[in-house]
Amino acid sequence: MGTVEAITPHEQTQTDEQAPLAHQCLYYMALMREAEDRIERKLYRQGKVLGGVYVGRGQEAIPVGTGLLAQPQDILLPSHRDMAVFFIRGVPVRRVIAQYMGRMGGLTRGRDGNMHMGDMRLGIVSIISALAATVPVASGVALALRYKGTGGVAFSYFGDGATSRGAWHEGVNFATVQKLPVVYICNNNQYAYSTPLELQMACANVADRGPAYNMPAEIVDGNDVFAVYEAAQRAIAHARSGRGPYLLECKTFRMTGHSAHDAAEYVPQSLFEEWAKLDPIERLEAKMLEHRWATREEIDRLRVDVVREVDEAVAWADASPCPDPVTLTEGVYETE
Amino acid sequence: MAAGTTYLEAIRQGIWEEMERDPDVFVIGEDVGVYGGAFKVTAGMFEHFGDRRVVDTPISEEGIVGAAIGAGLMGLRPVAEMQFSDFISCGFDQIVNFAAKCHYRWNAAVPIVVRAPSGGGIHGGPFHSQNPEMWFVRTPGLKVVCPATPYDAKGLIKAAIRDNDPVIFFEHKALYRRVKEDIPDEDYTVPLGRAKVVREGKDLTIVTYGAMVWSALEAAEKLAEEGASIEVVDLRTLLPLDRDTVCDSVRKTSKVLLVHEDTRTGGMAGELAVSITERVFEYLDAPIVRVTAPDTPVPFSPPLEEAFLPNTEKVIEKARWLYRY
Ligand SMILES: Cc1ncc(C[n+]2csc(CCOP(=O)(O)OP(=O)(O)O)c2C)c(N)n1
Repeated sequence: MGTVEAITPHEQTQTDEQAPLAHQCLYYMALMREAEDRIERKLYRQGKVLGGVYVGRGQEAIPVGTGLLAQPQDILLPSHRDMAVFFIRGVPVRRVIAQYMGRMGGLTRGRDGNMHMGDMRLGIVSIISALAATVPVASGVALALRYKGTGGVAFSYFGDGATSRGAWHEGVNFATVQKLPVVYICNNNQYAYSTPLELQMACANVADRGPAYNMPAEIVDGNDVFAVYEAAQRAIAHARSGRGPYLLECKTFRMTGHSAHDAAEYVPQSLFEEWAKLDPIERLEAKMLEHRWATREEIDRLRVDVVREVDEAVAWADASPCPDPVTLTEGVYETE
Repeated sequence: MAAGTTYLEAIRQGIWEEMERDPDVFVIGEDVGVYGGAFKVTAGMFEHFGDRRVVDTPISEEGIVGAAIGAGLMGLRPVAEMQFSDFISCGFDQIVNFAAKCHYRWNAAVPIVVRAPSGGGIHGGPFHSQNPEMWFVRTPGLKVVCPATPYDAKGLIKAAIRDNDPVIFFEHKALYRRVKEDIPDEDYTVPLGRAKVVREGKDLTIVTYGAMVWSALEAAEKLAEEGASIEVVDLRTLLPLDRDTVCDSVRKTSKVLLVHEDTRTGGMAGELAVSITERVFEYLDAPIVRVTAPDTPVPFSPPLEEAFLPNTEKVIEKARWLYRY
């Protein structure tokens, strides 16, 4: 492991109709990269963001390639490296930055920090800190989607390490028994904190867990946003048609430490170098230029616009007030 | 009036009526369908409501609670059954780390009920007899209910189902078929978070909940023959805790005995004792005392279990001491 050789090749269609999609993908991937860079490399180091900071640098194609396919009735349960899901669902960058800064403008109004946020009105279930706990919850969400006859699908996101937990297996087992509309989206970035895949599981791929649950599973190049998008189309169509869950394993690499405090000295430098060549944003840009879907100038302009959007978001967040301690005990219950 | 309704039947009726009233209410758990649940609390529901609303699950407590939370976030009102409250530990993370914190963290209501048959006196041994209520009373964001009577059991399960917060509903197994009561036919609820004075008295107060309410009432009856006028307060809900009703009673009687079947250290008695001294210390004429199980697992062998469980005699002994103090 550690290379992309294990990835199952599949046919990709490339037509000019994909140009607008490519632009959309590039926008969200670049926005996630810029927002996370700002949080991790500036605000955290300046002491303006406190606590744990986990980023998805190098993994942006996964939340973007899947999230863009979500219909309004679908419910997303992102994991901790899926920031683009929030943007795609309509959360403004400024509110995400304010969340990291513990301000009233954040999604949780300072009650929680970093990516531990959600909003049911936008169809996003909050991340649960305990890894894989979100998988049984996705089953219940899917049960409700079916119960209400909405035709919706639950998108359940997690990393490779999360699949070791009992909660993962309980959630998947129930969903497959009940044939619930769930798409499982695994970012296999080959490390869980400092633990490499071979100390995490005895099988070579997360997808190998699928057959034990009689669940279709597919391995995809997680650094190719079009590959992720097309595989996700298959997965979602399967789940939406009532045939039960579908597991998508997106092979990728965590291009950072586990969190902002972790220098990742346990990762061989050669792996970073190898995977840097597979950067999903650079690959998308190259493809857009190759197919003449965009000019270099257009791409540069998009990147400049994204930087400005994040600049404005940071200024807004910095001006957002801190929560008032007199509100400390408010909101523990819905019915007080 | 439904004459002589058991505690178990009262809970069954409460869930059934809520399912009739609200199409978003459904039941989920192990063997709750065709079999009707390990204790038959959901008997007949599968035949009447079908498999959409009575969902049999694999053996997966975390899966069940997680699924209930997910469905609750979507606006449904799941009633999840733990086969025995002891196994709620397998779903603990979902309850304390997710359900309890959702509203505070991100304004999301989790309108679920987790039903948990608890308590000893049925020769269940260490894994089928525990009273794990305090694991949850320690968790802000949950509501914890422990009914003692059929009337309250029905009214509280209905209130719990209608409530928008996560409710852990402890059903005492020893009461399921042992206590009967005439309960009204018409719809009623019992409010969460309210204790009740179930016997009036002026010499001392016994505060308790669950099966021990019956021991306290028996003890009060017995000691009345010795001239003691004992008030009994049934907490009914442990979280939120109705300190007002407890303290009002202590103001009146000036002596208080705290009783629970749960083990001693970290039990409800400790919290009550501090609450009483904080609020009505000046009214006390005697030390606050308690009768509880000792700090051991619940033993199996009958003489051991009998020694472990608080009962009427143990309550009488302590209450008599306090009365004469
Ligand atoms: C139950 C639980 N144990 C430990 C942790 C601490 N923790 C947070 S992220 C992480 C590694 C997760 O690895 P993986 O699931 O592969 O996701 P990745 O971070 O690689 O995206 C650990 C151990 C946790 N959040 N939850």
